[in-house]
Amino acid sequence: MSTPDRPTPGQTIGPFFGYALPYEGDADLVPPGSPGSIRLHGKVYDGAGNPIPDALLEIWQTDAAGNVPQAEGSLHRDGWTFTGWGRADTDLNGHYTFSTVLPGASEDGAAPFFALTVFARGLLDKLHTRIYLPEHPANAGDPLLVSLPEDERATLVATADATGLRFDIHLQGDRETTFLTYR
Amino acid sequence: MTAPTKKPPVETQADLSAEIEKLEADSAGQNVRQPLLDYPPYRSSILRHPTKDPRHADPETIELWAPCFGNSDVDPLEADLTIAGSNEPIGERITVSGRVTDGEGRPVRNQLVEIWQANSAGRYIHKREQHPAPLDPNFTGVGRCITDSEGRYRFQTIKPGPYPWGNHINAWRPAHIHFSLFGRAFTQRLITQMYFPSDPLFALDPIYQSITDQKARDALVARYDHDLSTPEYSMGYHWDIVLTGPSRTWTEPEEGDL
Ligand SMILES: [Fe+3]
Repeated sequence: MSTPDRPTPGQTIGPFFGYALPYEGDADLVPPGSPGSIRLHGKVYDGAGNPIPDALLEIWQTDAAGNVPQAEGSLHRDGWTFTGWGRADTDLNGHYTFSTVLPGASEDGAAPFFALTVFARGLLDKLHTRIYLPEHPANAGDPLLVSLPEDERATLVATADATGLRFDIHLQGDRETTFLTYR
Repeated sequence: MTAPTKKPPVETQADLSAEIEKLEADSAGQNVRQPLLDYPPYRSSILRHPTKDPRHADPETIELWAPCFGNSDVDPLEADLTIAGSNEPIGERITVSGRVTDGEGRPVRNQLVEIWQANSAGRYIHKREQHPAPLDPNFTGVGRCITDSEGRYRFQTIKPGPYPWGNHINAWRPAHIHFSLFGRAFTQRLITQMYFPSDPLFALDPIYQSITDQKARDALVARYDHDLSTPEYSMGYHWDIVLTGPSRTWTEPEEGDL
């Protein structure tokens, strides 16, 4: 068994990604307003409670039936192909918006979620977390959710609103989002 | 909640360097391979790092797969950053190439690589950019490519200049190219920066120094590769990238890749 190679370290995304990484349609996994579409949105906050206007979020998810998408085309969306991946930068109010569908469970009885990565100026490496669906019956048996104290669990579950789901991210502070590392 | 007010920096490089040295001494022998998220010499990190340790999770199915990108996403011409304008960009023409592999040395094939960088004068095309260095009408500093069957990427660009930033008085970033990478699993997602050999600004830069292990820092520095240089045309830099994190079981490709 060979020794695993050393990982290349991360570095901050910095302040100047805005003309490079965002692209037209990046946050629209499905066309906004199309049948079955929801808005997934929220704000990103720093430890002083101020919104972060230079963060970049990426989601990666199953389709509504729980399949893992393996279609290319995220960078030039055709409006018909669900690639399961999207990218949204925050606006000057720290707000982000995705247009997508609710993820389905990849296995019977599993709690569906959006996998999320967070990047920002001032944040020296990526952060991973999950966005679970509010009041989904499978949440009660999810190994991660049940392992967490109530206040931390609450940071990982979106809330329903008129157009879909709301999920705020707190990099620091009383309501600091629970971030993940994978075994 | 009060609106953030932008205060001009008052600390000098000497103040910052003293902080950097102290944190370096504190972490001696710890072999931390990733940047410290809580690294006060990088002032913007102070309110933007989680204070709790991340929770351990067993990756679920979706996290063990990665999004797919391909020829419908990226035009091969996007790997050449020197052809965006009607004339040649100003600066030292370079080729940057290397391999993307996972922690077991297996190639990350057919995967998206995105880069962005300052021009040769150290200026980005960005509306919040303040540095009064010239823009280059023939250089946007943005490129993309898809790795080949061996995990290789290759960009044609110009060498970026160092640039000043507001972290402290007389703060300068070492020349770098920002890289965004996807692995074989979403757990392996990486955004980082590639540096150039022997930059005198390394010792002074809080972002580079936030990685306290010298071997790990070295992994962000490309090496000059004369074999990548093109006669009478451009200089070559080689930089390999290792993406770690759990992924699904490796399956060999159908036709021989021995
Ligand atoms: Fe930069």
